[in-house]
Amino acid sequence: MRAILLLACLAPLAALAADPGYVRVPGGDFTTTLQYEDIRGASRVATFEMMARPVTNAEFRTFVQRYPQWRRDRVPGVFAGNGYLDHWQGSLQLSAGAQGSQPVTRVSWFAAKAYCDAQGARLPRWLEWEYAAAADGSRRDARRDAAWRDRILQWYAQPASRPLPAAGTTAANVYGVRDLHGVVWEWTDDFSSMLVTSDNRTQGDPDRNRFCGAGALSVADREQYAVLMRVALLSSLEGRDSTSTLGFRCVREVQ
Amino acid sequence: MTIRRWLTAWALMLVAGGAMAIPTDSIYRADVVLTDAQSHRFRWAEQRGQPRIVSMLYTSCTFTCPTLVESVKVVLLALRPDERIRLGVTMISLDPKRDTPEALAKLQKERGLDPAHWTLARPQPRDVSTIAALLGIRYRVLSDGDFNHTTVLVLLDGEGRIVASTEKLGGVADAMFVAAVRKTLEAR
Repeated sequence: MRAILLLACLAPLAALAADPGYVRVPGGDFTTTLQYEDIRGASRVATFEMMARPVTNAEFRTFVQRYPQWRRDRVPGVFAGNGYLDHWQGSLQLSAGAQGSQPVTRVSWFAAKAYCDAQGARLPRWLEWEYAAAADGSRRDARRDAAWRDRILQWYAQPASRPLPAAGTTAANVYGVRDLHGVVWEWTDDFSSMLVTSDNRTQGDPDRNRFCGAGALSVADREQYAVLMRVALLSSLEGRDSTSTLGFRCVREVQ
Repeated sequence: MTIRRWLTAWALMLVAGGAMAIPTDSIYRADVVLTDAQSHRFRWAEQRGQPRIVSMLYTSCTFTCPTLVESVKVVLLALRPDERIRLGVTMISLDPKRDTPEALAKLQKERGLDPAHWTLARPQPRDVSTIAALLGIRYRVLSDGDFNHTTVLVLLDGEGRIVASTEKLGGVADAMFVAAVRKTLEAR
């Protein structure tokens, strides 16, 4: 009896500790689709490890069992708005619309960050996410391929009301990472760095005091609609927001 | 235990509980440790109890950040002395690596910011994004190590709830914001 109790106590821990399947993304030089005033040409992306698929409902439930302050009935409003996990049947019960194998959505940035912290990981930076997402099954940078871009865009044309596929069911890219396109939107650590604006330091511009310093963002390549939509979404969010199609995955630094 | 005694104990518990629990919509729910210009380490939640104007800056900024500080001064000047004395100001660094207590103290001295009202503090690097997200401040580290960030003054009530904010900076105080500060001070 004691052994069973012990096992029952350990089970959530074991599930949390289980390797979520990080794969190595070798670093390289990468030119972001976003155009910043202060960045010319390619940036260096350091090697990192990325979850091969987004975090699932089952995994997130294990997390909130372990860290009950992130249960939807206990989370402080300052960290998560009303929609937080509200597609689950209960605070710890999934539902037909939120199955264990599906990517978790309706999670705030604060909750996603806490999940990755608990893993000894962090949310990917935008540049890392875009770098990994530029790859297809055989190329590290498929962005110039119009057919590839069209395939990605097809997802964006589908209604958001359609049920989410199980996580990890789309084709792996050259790094072994799945679901970067065609499944859910994903939080990035620096979502709030998306300062989308025209040059706001122009004299007479009422917004000119909004930003300190240079570095306003515009877009270098208007062909990359999929990236633009991601940026538009992230730039519109606050940290406590959540949506029915916004999930996340974590990355780890490589020592 | 009689019902009356039980009720008394229960009421006491409620009062004590009310004094202890930080409201769920308070940014002081964040587990953040700050270090001020006097090298004093404290939990952000220790600032609970007094309404505050809060924003984020970095001391090596030469253009908008001085404007930010001066804009707070303009708001303070719009208040009566008896109001001003009950309002705190907290400026949190976006650049904790370079904004040492010494750098913060230098800014404090140069700008004439009375430590009795003004707290200049740096967070731990990992908490910068959390603080910015709680305050609704957007920022990005530039390639040269500078920062691009939205300049906004956020008014917190004594419990750490966001009451108002303004992006109208400069020589004239935002009248709506000043009114919100007054109302928050009166409510206490």
